Amino acid sequence: MRIDKDLVAASATPLVLGILSEGDLYGYAILKRVGELSGGGMQWTDGMLYPLLHRLERLGYVSSSWGTSEAGRRRKHYAITLAGRDALADRQEQWSVVAAALRQVWQTAQQPPAPAAGWA
Amino acid sequence: MMQPHADLEAQIGQWRGYVQRRQAISVADIDELEDHLREQIADRKATGLDDEEAFLVAIKRLGSLDAVSREFAREHSDRLWKQLVLVPEASDHADAPQWRKLAVVLAFAVGAGIAVKAGLFLLDDGAAQARNVGLLVFPFLAGYLGWTRKLTLRVVAMLVVPFAALATVVNLYPFASGGSTELLAILHTPVVLWLLAGVAYAGGSWRSDGRRMDFARFTGELAIYFTLLALGGAVLVGLTSAAMQVVGVDLKPILAEWILPVAMPGAFVIAAWLVEAKQNVVENIAPVLTRLFTPLTIVMLLTLLGVFAAAGGIVDVSRDLLILMDAILVLVLCLLLYSISARDPLAAPGLADALQLVLVAAALTVNAVMLTAMLSRIAEFGFSPNKIAALGLNPCCWCTCSGQPGSASDSCAGGVRSYSLSAGRRRTYPSTAHGPPSWLWSSRQSSASPDSRAELRHHPRLPRLGSLMVSRSSPDVHPKPASTGRGAGFVLPRNAS
Repeated sequence: MRIDKDLVAASATPLVLGILSEGDLYGYAILKRVGELSGGGMQWTDGMLYPLLHRLERLGYVSSSWGTSEAGRRRKHYAITLAGRDALADRQEQWSVVAAALRQVWQTAQQPPAPAAGWA
Repeated sequence: MMQPHADLEAQIGQWRGYVQRRQAISVADIDELEDHLREQIADRKATGLDDEEAFLVAIKRLGSLDAVSREFAREHSDRLWKQLVLVPEASDHADAPQWRKLAVVLAFAVGAGIAVKAGLFLLDDGAAQARNVGLLVFPFLAGYLGWTRKLTLRVVAMLVVPFAALATVVNLYPFASGGSTELLAILHTPVVLWLLAGVAYAGGSWRSDGRRMDFARFTGELAIYFTLLALGGAVLVGLTSAAMQVVGVDLKPILAEWILPVAMPGAFVIAAWLVEAKQNVVENIAPVLTRLFTPLTIVMLLTLLGVFAAAGGIVDVSRDLLILMDAILVLVLCLLLYSISARDPLAAPGLADALQLVLVAAALTVNAVMLTAMLSRIAEFGFSPNKIAALGLNPCCWCTCSGQPGSASDSCAGGVRSYSLSAGRRRTYPSTAHGPPSWLWSSRQSSASPDSRAELRHHPRLPRLGSLMVSRSSPDVHPKPASTGRGAGFVLPRNAS
């Protein structure tokens, strides 16, 4: 199943913030985690992650620091900030509302429509 | 087993070089992307792919460079503008040399202005002034170029000796007043000086075809910058003069006496500096103008041809017409030169190449008509210096132009070979020999399959997908329909924050 790209885009920020709230990570590891979490269902254009991370950094939601990888390469690590945690909580609320609304709609939709009485 | 890894490193190096040309992506970003790329390659290799396959998959997953670069540009629009700041943020160098450079450039510019003004003041004869203007500006331009390139004494001598010889000839030769030899001298002194400037520009290594091509680009960009400066200056002067007229002060005498003679040479030196300093900013203007004007020039030439045909015989063709024709041929040459200089050696031949071919053919036809008329005229009235010069330039242009259709049609016939002139450019892309580098194909049509082999099957060997090739010359923020971000590539929410 492929997830619609608008949906991927809309969920990108909360997903990245959520993943970072589990612990500091670098770009490739974030993408791997997205793959794990969605069972491979959410595929991002890898390169697009970085402008997103930079934007989150500009907004103050994440902070970054340069470190080195096991192989000795320069590697940029990202960590969520307090403002980022606030934003994440905010997003979480929004998504809960959306998800709850959707769940209700799915449930009613699954039941057969009520017979129209008195219109025979 | 060392070779495959060397190949991989070479490919990554090439990819880096390619990404580096995107101004929106900084070096630190490239480090970050490269780390990502290497991680991806390592993971793919762990699933059994070889170096090349892993590289292809990793590059494809990274997404179309155009689209990624556009995202970076949106997020870091300041980076594009930073290039326009006069003194670049020198994080890696100390600040002082940049300011010193600006001061030196200004000194050269002011020097050129003063020299021309002094020259005009000392030489009261109009023709002598015209002959010497180029000679007065040249030392400052060459001085600037020489200063930035730290020319060796040998090269300086190579410049000074011809310059002195030219100055001597131009000033000591007993020109007949108002004669055509004098006119020829006035017209050609700048040409010789410009060639000398080319030697200075190339730092003496003018035999290198790459440097010569650079000088051709430099010339085009300089013309554009100078025109822009002149336009800006004209607006400024116009406004000032209009405002002054209101209060009854006439600016015109000062304009003719001081502002033009001092400002124009100064602007010329400044323009030369701008081309050097801001190479990245308008790098693509000359080729863009070329693209615009190639079809228009074809229309012009065909119209000329039509007019000549309608007029019946052009036996009464005057010398002026031939001179004009020479100018047209020079224009056509310039158009060709700039399209070649900007031509991507790897790009498949397209409409632009076909248009060039038409352009050359049209120019040569018009010229042939003109030349026939001119020769008959000379047979009738004999030679004059101007006629010889006009006639001499004509075959020069003709030969250079006619050399082009061969290579152009070659290119049109389907060979992805570059023009011989752009050989220097081609050398910068060593990949040519092995076909276009694979990372040019970066359409994102990701399959959700975790198995990389399956992914490769979905996308048979990328180099076959020629149609997906990303244009190499497209600028960072090239407006393209959103469809370039194909497949599951996601568009970032702009306002969601």
